[in-house]
Amino acid sequence: MSVVGLGAVYGLVAFASFLAPYDPTAQHRDAPFATPTAIHIVDGGGRTLVRPFVYGLARDGESGYAEDRLRAYPLRFVARSAAGSSIRLFTVDEPGRIFLAGTDRFGRDRFSRILYGGRVSLTAGLFAAALSLSLGMTGGIVAGMIGGWIDRAVVAASDVFLAVPWLYLLLAVRAALPINVDPFRALAVVVIVIGVAGWARPARLVRGLVMSAKNRDFIVAARASGASSLHVVRAHILPQTLGVLLPQASILVPQFALAEITLSFFGLGVSEPAPSWGTLMRELVSQPLARATLWAAAPALVLAIVFVMHQVLADDLHARAVQPAMKGLA
Amino acid sequence: MGVPRRVIIGLTIVRQVIRAGGVLLVVSLLTFALCDAVPGDPLAEMRLNPQISSAALDAARSKLRLDRPFVERYALWLRSVATGDLGFSAAYNTPVAPLIARRVMNSLILTGAALAATWLFAVPFGVWLAARARRLDGRLMTAGVATLHAMPDLLIAAVLLQFAAASGVFPTGGLRSTGANDMTVAAALADRVRHLALPVLAIVLSAAPTIVRHVRAALIDVLGAPYLVAAAAKGVPYRRLLFRSALRAAANPLIALFGLSVATLFSASLVVEVVMTWPGLGALLVEAVRSRDVHLVLAGVLCATSLQILGTAFTEVALRLADPRISV
Repeated sequence: MSVVGLGAVYGLVAFASFLAPYDPTAQHRDAPFATPTAIHIVDGGGRTLVRPFVYGLARDGESGYAEDRLRAYPLRFVARSAAGSSIRLFTVDEPGRIFLAGTDRFGRDRFSRILYGGRVSLTAGLFAAALSLSLGMTGGIVAGMIGGWIDRAVVAASDVFLAVPWLYLLLAVRAALPINVDPFRALAVVVIVIGVAGWARPARLVRGLVMSAKNRDFIVAARASGASSLHVVRAHILPQTLGVLLPQASILVPQFALAEITLSFFGLGVSEPAPSWGTLMRELVSQPLARATLWAAAPALVLAIVFVMHQVLADDLHARAVQPAMKGLA
Repeated sequence: MGVPRRVIIGLTIVRQVIRAGGVLLVVSLLTFALCDAVPGDPLAEMRLNPQISSAALDAARSKLRLDRPFVERYALWLRSVATGDLGFSAAYNTPVAPLIARRVMNSLILTGAALAATWLFAVPFGVWLAARARRLDGRLMTAGVATLHAMPDLLIAAVLLQFAAASGVFPTGGLRSTGANDMTVAAALADRVRHLALPVLAIVLSAAPTIVRHVRAALIDVLGAPYLVAAAAKGVPYRRLLFRSALRAAANPLIALFGLSVATLFSASLVVEVVMTWPGLGALLVEAVRSRDVHLVLAGVLCATSLQILGTAFTEVALRLADPRISV
């Protein structure tokens, strides 16, 4: 279940540029803190229309918004919002607006920003996890297969890496970069640092696995019949490590995504105006929520759902990895 | 088991000291290198001044030892850190050491209170959940704990902050009220506690679920053991069984978890400090990075690292003091 849900989330953010009706940095300067646009299918005359439509956005008092029932704009699907813009799943013609989750204080469509921001944050998590798992796997296999002083060196190094408080060191890394570095270069640096920093735990897991597998009968037999180390690793060790690395990945991906989110929240990762779930979270702490700004909590809700799904998946994979072993013991 | 306890504990202390030294060396070298890579130096402005000759610039450079190789500057910096001189903060215009000392105090108050609150809450709650593992309320609570466990600390802190702002029950930031200087001692203390409550709650909510889940799992494991089933059959009161026999048998992994929780707490407190503007080390560090205050970043990272290493090293020793079975 959680796999399907997460697949949907990653799919949604991967196709952000198609699914989001607006560019994440496009401002509607006349419509800050707009409330979400309602989509109608029943028109003023009581007729049900095939094509959904939205009403125009009108000011209501100082800061409120209301529907302008005199103007209606039909939704257009798989169309360009304006000449020259990219094709969007749904859009309305100017001056109609469609803000599914309202706008932020700069009048930027929050729904689009959540999608694009998710792309940044979740990609960061995926890439960092892939990096640290591949580094960890390499280190673990090398240490486990070769043994001796190389093994001791890897273990000592991983000991040191496990003891370092990475969030703090990440701050130091950020201090070394120019403050107004281009957002995607900053993201790349953050991903590399998080990924390299996280190699130690998977390395230890894989090393343990290799150590116990090395002396199993079928591997000794394979060696006796002349298999090279490389062949043993490829044919017998690698498939086994997957069973350890998959649950580990399910823990690392959300953890590393959170590192990016935290850093961006501090204003030290991907910085405004580029969206990340971290910069979107800033909206939630910058002012007390009122009725008009209640939708500023939408990114937090999305974050909560995505992290719960990750947790369910991780618990699931963990249970699956542990239970067969427990059965073997009983 | 021929090795005496005292030797084991002594060896553990030695090993922890060596490890702490290694980690500190690596972290300090990394941070120093990073701060060294920051573009610009203290003479950047002088260089633009046409009235200052290049000879004077060179003299200034060699006076500041900027012309020396990296390793030598690192050694010089280490020596000055050893004498308690952490450098000078450009943004705050004061020496770094007293600035950091005050912030570390605030951080320690926060994390200390949070650590105590987390464990005081998590252990009995985990035991309770284990006892109710088969009932509906226990299952619902366990699912709730799992959900909370998944929540990022950032999210918990932000939501709590909004809650505080909406309800007005707790202050939304800072160390104390503005009028705290005129209060009586008791009132000032109460004011402190009120300001501390929200950040502590945020850290507890983000750190406790892990511990609750572990306590519950460990206890459910132990409760199935034949000797406990026998004790229950003999008529030992269930509560005594839970808290005396079962909890003691499950204590070992929990002490190991204590060390881990210190580390989690430190990173959670960094986030909470920034969100709730608690004037601790974490908030200072983030500010320092934003204002590119190199010496402050350097000292702050080292300070945070030392605190965390101290926490884990302490647990390693405590684990061996508590459990005579561990002999490594």
